[in-house]
Amino acid sequence: MAANAGTVPAAPGARRSLAPGLSIGLSTLYLSLIVLLPLAALSWRAHGWGAVSTPQAVAALRLTLGLSVAVALVNAVFGTAIAWTLVRDRFVGQGFVNALVDLPFALPTIVAGLTLLALYGPKSPVGINAAFTRWGLLLALLFVTLPFVVRTVQPVLFELDREMEDAAASLGAGRVTTFLRIILPSILPAILSGVALAFARAVGEFGAVVLISGNLPFKTEVVSVYVLGRLESNDSGGAAAASVVILLISFGVLLAIGGLRRWVTRHDR
Amino acid sequence: MIGKYALRLASLGYLAVLLVAPVGFVFWRTFEHGVGPAWDAVTTPDALHALKVTLILTAIAVPANTVFGVLCALAIVRHRYPGAGIVNAVVDLPLALSPVVAGVALLLLYGRGRWLGGHGIVFALPGMVLATIFVSLPFVVREVVPVLREIGTEQEQAAATLGASGFQTFLRVTWPAIRWATAYGVVLTTARALGEFGAVSVVSGRLVGQTESLTLYIQDRYVSFDTTGAYAAAVVLALLAMVTLILMTRLKPKEGTQ
Repeated sequence: MAANAGTVPAAPGARRSLAPGLSIGLSTLYLSLIVLLPLAALSWRAHGWGAVSTPQAVAALRLTLGLSVAVALVNAVFGTAIAWTLVRDRFVGQGFVNALVDLPFALPTIVAGLTLLALYGPKSPVGINAAFTRWGLLLALLFVTLPFVVRTVQPVLFELDREMEDAAASLGAGRVTTFLRIILPSILPAILSGVALAFARAVGEFGAVVLISGNLPFKTEVVSVYVLGRLESNDSGGAAAASVVILLISFGVLLAIGGLRRWVTRHDR
Repeated sequence: MIGKYALRLASLGYLAVLLVAPVGFVFWRTFEHGVGPAWDAVTTPDALHALKVTLILTAIAVPANTVFGVLCALAIVRHRYPGAGIVNAVVDLPLALSPVVAGVALLLLYGRGRWLGGHGIVFALPGMVLATIFVSLPFVVREVVPVLREIGTEQEQAAATLGASGFQTFLRVTWPAIRWATAYGVVLTTARALGEFGAVSVVSGRLVGQTESLTLYIQDRYVSFDTTGAYAAAVVLALLAMVTLILMTRLKPKEGTQ
């Protein structure tokens, strides 16, 4: 009953919540003016397809996708490790570390980029200069995507029944076997959905990378910076075309996450 | 046992190198010569104006997205209408979409000589407000929707049966159940609005002392080799982020507890 309570048709004459016309009408109008119509205008204006097949555009796209895959892989490993440390480990200051994980969500991206540049830039006190290199880009993207995998895996790991692990251990399974056979299959959907969010974020990131990348075409220019470059050269058609490519990637990732969630709920029962 | 400590060391080491050390270093550099120089750097007319612009953007975007967020969540969960699926999918899009793309899209719709274009929208405050609203739009919706689903409609139906009007039912039954989720959504919206950079950067036109928000000011200062000014302004935003973080930890719905 509770599961489909939200979709029970209204009894005649019974007004159940705030006037339906008001909430539907206003929210649709708002969403149209802010999101839908601008995106429609974007797709309408995207006629400069030549702009996304130039060598510079292709290089920017390849760099962005390559970096995003790397970011996804690093996050899969370290995000899961951090989630594990937060759920299964016990140490002093754990609550602080737990709150710290959300810092990249709260901190403005330009500040994130600036802090990385301060410590790992040209005036680095530790002698590492990642400015204007792809390593710098990777660092900036890892900073802003850190919470995604941790925050999707953490609750699943918390809810996980430990009896299965104890049973596996009592049957002689080692720690690695237990992790690979018992724990990993349960948390894999959560890891994948966090990884997908991190990937989407990395594809579109701008604020954190704009200072550290130096925006050198063919070397450190990511696709969102390329879009801005097209716009500054008064090529709004080209900027729109490249934007549509990013839009399609983001939409694809969202669809993939939605599909993953439906698949998991179906196989949970 | 060694494995356990190795994992703890790897996790904490990763966080230290990536988050704590860079943010801590900027704080140290800002207050290296005391509070005085940092204070002077954030109280220049341009810095104060940038702070004012950021606060105006946030003060408009957050209430607008809060009202919309609650209405939209009600529309998604409580009503069936054609297009509900599209609304549900589109609401998430600003979370995944590049802010630069959002900015370009707004520019192409509201720019001079475009479909809904007019003077004084783009390269002015209204355009920056639209951009800020765009990027911070999903948070309240995303927090309220699951709570609305969970509470179901039984109590609302009971209230209606007892003769409560739609508005009374919302105020007395629905709102008390969703207010904490709304508050958490508001905190997330505020953090996003204060820190927005990409979308605002595209539509602002970046006129110093006019359409420059605090995030744009930071980039401007850094590019002009005024690292003191950039660091000091960054510390202001980082302190705001830490307040947000504390509120987030306080308001966050606890996993597995009622």
